[in-house]
Amino acid sequence: MSTTTAMRPEPKTATLSAPPMLEAIDVTRMFMVSQGFMRAKKPLHAVNGVNLSIRQGEVVGLVGESGCGKTTLARMLLGLMPPSSGSLKIDGQPLTGMRRRDVARLVQPVFQDPYSSLNPRKSVGSIIGLPLRVQGGVGSEEEKKRVHEMMELVGLARRLFDNYPSQLSGGQRQRVAIARALINRPRMVICDEPTSALDVSVQSQILNLLQDLRRDLGLTYLLISHNLAVVEHMADRVAVMYLGRIVEQTDTDTLFRNPRHPYTEALLKSVLTPEPGLGVPDTQLGATYPNPLDMPTGCRFHPRCARRFGPCDRIVPRPLTSAAGMVECHLYDDDVKKDAAA
Amino acid sequence: MSDRILTVEGLEVSLPVPSGTLNAVQGVSFHVDRGETVCIVGESGCGKSLTALAIMDLLPRRARRVARTLTLLGDPLIGVPETKMADLRGNRMGMIFQEPMTSLNPAYTIGNQLEEALLRHRKVPRAKARERAVHLLERVGITAAGQRLRQYPHQLSGGLRQRVMIAMALMTGPDLIIADEPTTALDVTIQAQILHLLAELQREFHMGLVLITHDLGVVARIATRVVVMYAGQVVETGTAAEVFGAPRHPYTRGLLDCIPIPGKTKRGEHLGTIPGMVPSLVGQMEGCHFAGRCNYVIDECRAAPIPLVSAPGRGHAVRCIRADELSRQPAAAEEGAA
Ligand SMILES: Nc1ncnc2c1ncn2[C@@H]1O[C@H](COP(=O)(O)OP(=O)(O)OP(=O)(O)O)[C@@H](O)[C@H]1O
Ligand SMILES: Nc1ncnc2c1ncn2[C@@H]1O[C@H](COP(=O)(O)OP(=O)(O)O)[C@@H](O)[C@H]1O
Ligand code: SF4
Ligand code: SF4
Ligand SMILES: [Mg+2]
Ligand SMILES: [Mg+2]
Repeated sequence: MSTTTAMRPEPKTATLSAPPMLEAIDVTRMFMVSQGFMRAKKPLHAVNGVNLSIRQGEVVGLVGESGCGKTTLARMLLGLMPPSSGSLKIDGQPLTGMRRRDVARLVQPVFQDPYSSLNPRKSVGSIIGLPLRVQGGVGSEEEKKRVHEMMELVGLARRLFDNYPSQLSGGQRQRVAIARALINRPRMVICDEPTSALDVSVQSQILNLLQDLRRDLGLTYLLISHNLAVVEHMADRVAVMYLGRIVEQTDTDTLFRNPRHPYTEALLKSVLTPEPGLGVPDTQLGATYPNPLDMPTGCRFHPRCARRFGPCDRIVPRPLTSAAGMVECHLYDDDVKKDAAA
Repeated sequence: MSDRILTVEGLEVSLPVPSGTLNAVQGVSFHVDRGETVCIVGESGCGKSLTALAIMDLLPRRARRVARTLTLLGDPLIGVPETKMADLRGNRMGMIFQEPMTSLNPAYTIGNQLEEALLRHRKVPRAKARERAVHLLERVGITAAGQRLRQYPHQLSGGLRQRVMIAMALMTGPDLIIADEPTTALDVTIQAQILHLLAELQREFHMGLVLITHDLGVVARIATRVVVMYAGQVVETGTAAEVFGAPRHPYTRGLLDCIPIPGKTKRGEHLGTIPGMVPSLVGQMEGCHFAGRCNYVIDECRAAPIPLVSAPGRGHAVRCIRADELSRQPAAAEEGAA
């Protein structure tokens, strides 16, 4: 694989007018969760009205705190879980009607924890080849050949073919997960925290690998991460999620240069770059943790927001779209501000 | 001397494994003064956690621990009867682990566990212990602390549990806190909050803090001094300004090159990598431990053990025979200081 600077494939004009490769329209997912012995179940809105579209060849970053609904959204986009309401489309076609196998041919996941997502009782070769066996029509010789090719592509030594996940390092496990995701040549990969369990030295190898694969295979990525520096490095566009909603969405450079949502600001402050003397900034978030079972009124971020004002605990902010992207915050809503001032 | 809280000299930890002896820690030395934050950083498997466990005397039973010196405020931590050690551990040293659930007992309330942390070591009335628990919970930013005391660990979020762990480590007013990856399992926002809090408390209570992490960003922001570990050894140590401003060991530089930095690394370009993996620590290694992954390796590197040598500047030391020569290369970071 070439180690020269990755060239970004420019989206062709034709693809710009084509329907997005993957699209979520007002998607909601609710779970009924019990709050303990003898207590009534309560609805938990894990994803609460999300709109997201991903075009062919794009890398979209999805960031937000633990529990805000990133994995739930990813699972719906992969067709692994139906939405409670709203719709999902692949190439303009509704995903709900599609067979699981056909979705899997187009979109594949690489999950957070490479350890728990790999079957500990199966060998590396068998894990990587599984999607081929599921799709069928591939003999065992052909499967072995394809698995070897894939192992080489992701930088796994052949001798690991018969090893078990427990015998691999974290980085090797994540390469196995990537090889398994790519063996059916999908067009899109949803990477859910692909490097958060890894050392930086291994993280950089996996990120470089993802860049190379993207260029060589023309892949589209949805990259879910807590690590904003990683997202800044990889993504063309970023969606920031908070308690089930996307609260800001714009191109990466704009987001980092000019974050607008107070939550995005706090996230950016939390990026601890290796620059001595800067200290650990006060994110001003306070210790009130978001609880999806007890959704705050008005703006769901208001209990932690350092910039909240009059209407924030009463009125739910609406999505405001402009050239600068989309943001859901009253600070940018002239109508609400006018009313508050009056 | 009274300001010296922890002295570690020539610490060695080895473990019997089926394939031989695993030499996890091989002659590690560092010290912590009052009010200092010393960060131990390196990839996983470099021996950071075993170093911490060795200081606390919490190593697995079959592990062998040797040190020229291992003292807390001048008192030896080696060859001490377990009853005395248990007292030192809870009383004068506090430990915070990565996964608070492993150190919190799910069967007892937060309040009970916080109080016990003090009552085990001090003859104070339970009401006093409760008072201190509430005070510390408030201090670590937990609201409605009185109510929290009645809750069980599983009723708290990860960030709250880690705050409880910090409060628990502070119950006896220890001189030293050892925190092993205290924020690794947390969200970045909560990580920043917890680190901000730790730094504040460390100043306020004037403790020594040993913070173990694999995250160089965290180290740069919080460390007074840095200990970079590789394959059981200290390969570079110095102040944060020295180690980050003018890193001298190829491993330190390699690690720094791997990190994406918004505004500095260019999107879509390759990040630096360190080829290969931390070597197996089973058996004896000849020469430089990093030789197998180093871009600058020459024959001499493999010939004999490489000593940790002081570089110009206070306490900046590096274990690389080519450090001087490599630091003069234009590729090296920030020549200005030298
Ligand atoms: N199967 C389920 N049953 C009940 N609740 C669920 C289920 N799956 C997810 N949730 C809840 O939905 C919310 C969103 O979870 P999700 O896993 O999507 O978060 P996430 O953003 O991926 O978090 P993380 O960063 O920790 O991976 C959480 O409150 C979670 O507890
Ligand atoms: N209980 C144990 N038994 C055997 N080997 C261990 C044990 N704990 C750690 N090791 C080994 O010792 C080395 C150092 O481990 P550790 O101190 O946990 O590293 P770090 O904290 O830097 O990731 C590693 O090779 C690890 O596999
Ligand atoms: S709407 Fe109000 S509370 Fe919500 S983010 Fe904006 S300023 Fe903060
Ligand atoms: S001693 Fe040699 S192999 Fe070791 S770090 Fe220095 S140059 Fe590299
Ligand atoms: Mg998740
Ligand atoms: Mg460790």
